[in-house]
Amino acid sequence: MKLKLPQIPRQITVSLIAVFMGLVGGAIFMISTGSNPFAGYNFLFRGGLMNIERIGNTLATATPLIFTGLSVAFAFKTGLFNIGASGQLLIGGLSATAIGLTVVLPKPLLLLIMIVAAIAGGALWGYVPGLLKALFNVHEVVATIMMNWLAYWVTYYTIPAYFKGEFMETESRRISDIASLRVPWLTEMFHDSFINLGILLAVLVVLLIWVILNKTVLGYELKAAGFNRHAAEYAGMAVNRNIVLSMTIAGALAGLGGMALYAGYAVNIQIGILPNQGFDGIAVALLGANSPIGVLFAALFFGILHSGKGFMNAMTQIPPQIGDTIIAIILYFAATSVLIERFLDRIKKFFSNRTTNKEGS
Amino acid sequence: MWDFLTFVFPYAITFTIPLLITSLGGLICERSGVVNIGLEGLMIIGSFASALTIFRLYPSLGGSAVWVGLIVAAAAGALFSLLHAFASISLNANQVISGTAINMMAGALTLYFARYITGSGNIHIISGLQRYTIPVLSKIPVIGKLLFTQTYTTTWLVLFLLLASWYLVYKTPFGLRLRASGEHPHAADSAGVNVRLIRYIAVMFSGAFAGLGGAIILVTYSGEFNGSVAGLGFLALAALIFGQWKPLGILGATFFFGFASTIANVSQVVPALDNVPGLILKAFPYVVTLLALILFSKSSQAPRASGEPFEQGKR
Repeated sequence: MKLKLPQIPRQITVSLIAVFMGLVGGAIFMISTGSNPFAGYNFLFRGGLMNIERIGNTLATATPLIFTGLSVAFAFKTGLFNIGASGQLLIGGLSATAIGLTVVLPKPLLLLIMIVAAIAGGALWGYVPGLLKALFNVHEVVATIMMNWLAYWVTYYTIPAYFKGEFMETESRRISDIASLRVPWLTEMFHDSFINLGILLAVLVVLLIWVILNKTVLGYELKAAGFNRHAAEYAGMAVNRNIVLSMTIAGALAGLGGMALYAGYAVNIQIGILPNQGFDGIAVALLGANSPIGVLFAALFFGILHSGKGFMNAMTQIPPQIGDTIIAIILYFAATSVLIERFLDRIKKFFSNRTTNKEGS
Repeated sequence: MWDFLTFVFPYAITFTIPLLITSLGGLICERSGVVNIGLEGLMIIGSFASALTIFRLYPSLGGSAVWVGLIVAAAAGALFSLLHAFASISLNANQVISGTAINMMAGALTLYFARYITGSGNIHIISGLQRYTIPVLSKIPVIGKLLFTQTYTTTWLVLFLLLASWYLVYKTPFGLRLRASGEHPHAADSAGVNVRLIRYIAVMFSGAFAGLGGAIILVTYSGEFNGSVAGLGFLALAALIFGQWKPLGILGATFFFGFASTIANVSQVVPALDNVPGLILKAFPYVVTLLALILFSKSSQAPRASGEPFEQGKR
């Protein structure tokens, strides 16, 4: 039997090429609007990394993306496509904000309850599509899209009715300091940036998910259901239960992202927006090759793009949407990784042909 | 009640039409076996292309710039959808991921260029289409008042396209090949049908129709491009499922959704509806679609090969 080459280096190469293509695509659009891409990227990356405060902001921007990326990747492992991370994140954030605005407790206890609420909200939004998939074989892509818009409208009507802001109808009241993941020591350490406990929580959860996927029976069963559902069933695994569980955990992860976004990075929720972080999470998961560690790095990279684009926009004529454009192009090339794989195969062939030719002559 | 209906109906139809045409594009696409989650993005492309065209051409062309805008929107949608076609047909990529990439790219890229062009990211058009009342038909009792007053030309254009698409899908050789590609591509292939070509054409149809849908939103009720179509592309997708992938079905489904949304929008000003929570009316299409998915799960009319890449060697 021929041994397979180790998978990981190939995946990293593919991801790096996708990133490269995204940056090239971004450069083309910068040129097409008459800007210098070198200056653009210089300011983009400086905006994300040039001092300790900006690094803090980059980490804070990346935090929700780590959670949504994990959410999408986790569902992918069970062969499920969670396109509903946006809705799960929104409901998680709404639940956490609702607790944060109504309950008064000492900070650690309050944060703990808010985290539980965020997990519960997101989990519920993942549980429903999971259940529909397990019981009725309803495609999870369509179900999660519907759940996204249900979350959108639930938030749209709940915020103005119960948590209306002081000045604006379209946003919630600001949560108090005790209900925020921001803590003075961290804020000071990063010179007044948005960074908060969310990033520490995210790293913990990355490790936890890595352990679940790679070191537990549950993780093994989830992955088995993803590889071959029928084989897993035949081996006596409760595939339907695992589908529900996988979607519920995916929802919970995105829900935590909502906590990190609305009670960490931000201080309130705006209505009428389906947060982009859920869709970015798909790109994060794909770029990170669905592994928790990969997700962490991919999210940090997207964090740089998102937090640097404002600075770039201030220093050049380039509109900030270039950041999202680059992410979308990366996602497209990650989706069409076949193209990159073919390209790599051709290069490999080229070189191996050359060596065999040499040997022949 | 009658007054209320005659008041609401023109708005409901206005809201239905972009949904209908987009959903129809989705129908042709899925019937060929390609899932297109990117309808939302393609609508945004259409909205942007028409806004830009009208913005630029209005000073020289006047009112007819609107029509040029609609054509450009359809062409732009078709072109942009080639990205999805290439990924999902030629490269056998995951169609959902490719569609998501289309959505993200469309939203970001159009705003990028809009900000470059106008500085604000919004493109306001000076003039859209005007409502008018059809002279003789509007005198017909009941339906005259509901259907033929306060109407737009685009409404009739879209209804014509619906009829034409029905004919195309069910009554022509192309339609037969299209449906065969979506139900059983390998059988179609062995009968000499070029499945990949059919699917390319079908995806471009969805792009053109979704682009048109986005443009119709712009020239009828929104009047301004702002980088979003507020989830209508996804609603069109829901209508496609609720209408069970059939032209008449999606006509019913989109009108149902259009009517519900209109009522939700006007409920604040109509006393009788004041105590119906807006949330219920707004959430209604999505809940109904989920229920429809459950109900039809045993007997779904979804094209059998929808979402599956076509690999010639695999039989």
